[in-house]
Amino acid sequence: MKDLDKGFQADENHEPKENARRDFLKKSSLLTAVALTPGVAVKAAENHLDEKVAAAFEKMPVNIIVNGKPHKLSIEPRVTLLDLLREQLHLTGTKKGCDYGQCGACTVHVDGQRVNSCLTLAMTVDGKKVTSIEGLAKGDELHPMQEAFIKHDGFQCGYCTPGQIMSAVACIREGHANSETEIREYMSGNICRCGAYPNIVNAIQEVKNGGQQV
Amino acid sequence: MKQQAQHTPPFTEGINRVDGIMKVTGAAKYSAEYELPGMTYAVFAISNITKGIITSIDIKAAERAPGVLAVLTHLNAPKVPGYESGKDPSKPPTTGGPLKFFVDNTVKYNGQPIAMVVADSFERATYAASLIKAQYKKEQHETDTEKNKFKAAAPKGGRNGGDYKRGTPDDWKTAAVKVEQEYVVPINVHNPMELSVTLAHWTADDKVTVYAKTQGVKSTQNAIAQAFKLPVENVQVTTKFVGGAFGNALRTWPHEIATVQAAKLVKRPVKTVLTRELQFNTVGYRPYTWQKVSMGASADGKLTGIIHEATAQTSSFEEFTEGTVNMTRFMYACPSVGTVYKITPLDVNTPTWMRGPGEATGAFALESAMDELADKLGIDPIELRIRNHADTDPENGKPFSSKNLKEAYEMGADKIGWSKRKLKPGTLTEDGWLIGYGMGTGVFGAGRGRATVKAALLDSGTLLIQTSVTDIGVGTGTAMTQIASEIFTGIPVKKIKFELGDSSLPPSPTQGGSTITSTVGGAVHDACTQLKEKFQQLIGNGGTDKPDYVKVLKEKNLPQLEVTVTSSGSTEMRNFSSYSYSVHFVKVKVHPKTGVVRVDNVVSVADSGHIVSPKTARSQIIGGAIGGIGMALMEEGIMDHRYGRYVNNNYADYHVPISADIPQIDALFVNKPDYRVNPMGAKGMGEIALIGMSAAVANAVYNATGKRIRELPITPDKLLA
Repeated sequence: MKDLDKGFQADENHEPKENARRDFLKKSSLLTAVALTPGVAVKAAENHLDEKVAAAFEKMPVNIIVNGKPHKLSIEPRVTLLDLLREQLHLTGTKKGCDYGQCGACTVHVDGQRVNSCLTLAMTVDGKKVTSIEGLAKGDELHPMQEAFIKHDGFQCGYCTPGQIMSAVACIREGHANSETEIREYMSGNICRCGAYPNIVNAIQEVKNGGQQV
Repeated sequence: MKQQAQHTPPFTEGINRVDGIMKVTGAAKYSAEYELPGMTYAVFAISNITKGIITSIDIKAAERAPGVLAVLTHLNAPKVPGYESGKDPSKPPTTGGPLKFFVDNTVKYNGQPIAMVVADSFERATYAASLIKAQYKKEQHETDTEKNKFKAAAPKGGRNGGDYKRGTPDDWKTAAVKVEQEYVVPINVHNPMELSVTLAHWTADDKVTVYAKTQGVKSTQNAIAQAFKLPVENVQVTTKFVGGAFGNALRTWPHEIATVQAAKLVKRPVKTVLTRELQFNTVGYRPYTWQKVSMGASADGKLTGIIHEATAQTSSFEEFTEGTVNMTRFMYACPSVGTVYKITPLDVNTPTWMRGPGEATGAFALESAMDELADKLGIDPIELRIRNHADTDPENGKPFSSKNLKEAYEMGADKIGWSKRKLKPGTLTEDGWLIGYGMGTGVFGAGRGRATVKAALLDSGTLLIQTSVTDIGVGTGTAMTQIASEIFTGIPVKKIKFELGDSSLPPSPTQGGSTITSTVGGAVHDACTQLKEKFQQLIGNGGTDKPDYVKVLKEKNLPQLEVTVTSSGSTEMRNFSSYSYSVHFVKVKVHPKTGVVRVDNVVSVADSGHIVSPKTARSQIIGGAIGGIGMALMEEGIMDHRYGRYVNNNYADYHVPISADIPQIDALFVNKPDYRVNPMGAKGMGEIALIGMSAAVANAVYNATGKRIRELPITPDKLLA
């Protein structure tokens, strides 16, 4: 986090996007030239010049509000929202289970919608609000879904749990928690290998039927 | 024993999971989630051939890629000192040892790491790894167990080697009623949600700290100490949370050693998180196993002879064996039993124990065959099992330390409504679906090993309990807290702190094989009992049972009072056979036109002694049952044998149960203590939760349709064929 903020400050006066693109082209032609000249490239590598060049052109500015806190960041465009949260913002509650959007462990809310953060490039949430599991409780007061998961033992190892809970909250908000069958269907994007499904369904039903604000 | 017998187990709803708040808030730290300064990331480049020699490998582009600190291959990797000792590199690798990465140019399975890239970000390491190009000299590979069954041989060593015979097993051939069938369990992959993680950080030239996904911090510590020839205490292994493992973190795999090696080279912390694809061939799997069960019974349903044969796959460089046929030796009162177990070496990575391990594979065959026999006899499958109930262990003649299997049959049958089951298959329908009921039995050894526990009463009023055991998700911390709270009745649960997952703590065994509640629980019980006695001595005889611990410690000017206790099972156990049992009952709906199987109802009954932690125990039984449903209906690692490569190595193509597949599940407990095993009277239940389940599903499908599927998983194509 600190490094990132520093990196951003160092590159404070971001140019407008057109200029940035022109700059990118200039720098990439430079890199092409470097790549075509082995001797130079080796020397560049030895001096870590290529790394510096890459670092300069590979990063892009992005502004994301995570759990209510604005972050001005400079990141490589290939970074996923999942890896940004885990590796750069050190919000490790969001889990990596597959990296292909197949397991749901990385589920977060983007502007209130549940998404697989592993399939979401961080650049695409520029200007948006991201809520991860760390942002669900109000201080020490757990969200009703978190309480219900504890009460119904809706987990064992706990690794899929943040994704399950983010999905469960969205499932109710979407209006997809009107019956046990409907809950099961709309929670089927979140795998739990320990097999806590019946307990998860019971937790969601309790929150839904309790009529609490989610 | 006297003292133990006075212990009356309360059966309560059970406490909430002690780490529940951490798990629902994202505060629980799994091994990849430790923040270290200068973190680097390792990504593997893997072999795309199955067998052969790497003739050249080009890492220049990767080395030049931005952010790359090192690229390790067999040509340049620094030596792992422990890899060298006693090995003649000119000779082929011996069987019996795990693979070592980056020591030579041989490729032994498809997907074997051939290079490891270390970079300053995950993205940069991933990109750089994609730039590595290798040339190979390919050799003919063999990955198909079925095709190579002719090579199968008895294992050379190991506890599952050797054929077993009592009486005249061939008696089955002359029995009034016979079953002789073959059964296949394909490759199953553990696929825990958490990917395999190793994070290594050398803090001095001869000291390393490792955050590892492991089921045993002590065994990982020892493996790393041996590999790097370090004093054991110079290796610190921390594993506070494990995101499921199911067996795949029971041993230290070569990529973990490679990570420690890389961290030494780059002098920075190195984090390796295996991709989901690599979960399939880097950290073990349940091996493909062919089985044949031949059994005979008299016309009144008494077993006269059983022969259970199995052939499973292993790797070309290591023997892996498991107890696939062992259950058949003692499960039923049959005078004549023979078992044969063989393995076939293939050009694949080594399999490993997966939940239920070999017993789950074996129970599919044995309990399917029992169902077939009952069907031929025209009697209820529970009745057949009761007629052949073993009152003493037929394998060794010993009495059972406890066995309440008949009660478990009854409880489950009542709960699922077994009386609605029709003896004749294919005769029950509901809304156009065929309905069937099936059951299967599971059994697993219930022992008690050695563990050391430190228990301390602090002057803050906290009871601190410490041991190195990990919790892979089953609720060990919760169960241990429950055990302690039943001894220290005056201390509220929230003031009991159970510390685990740290190699510097007193030693406990690796979590696996359904032993931890018994072994570590027994030691927690003994440590707490001794601590309580020590405290009673401190306050003098006649002290109250619920003293004010804080006040007394402060009066005596003691910051804490502690004991460290090592304990293990009693010698009395040698006179008994001790097992946990499960009975799984399943109601299925099968669509007659599409062959779709829906599990409509499940009742799983555990006869596993006193239930220490009811809430987590219930979840463990439900979870095992769901694992068994996966094994029965969908799980299969599919390899394209032309290339020796998996074609479904991801969660979309390797199907595991999802919420829509799973109904409400009843977990019932006989809950009768067995004080011979340990002072809580508790027996393990992690394995039995799954063992027998796949047979229960298959038997229910037969009851619904009249089709007997003997090759898992039971997919619609097989039902429509």
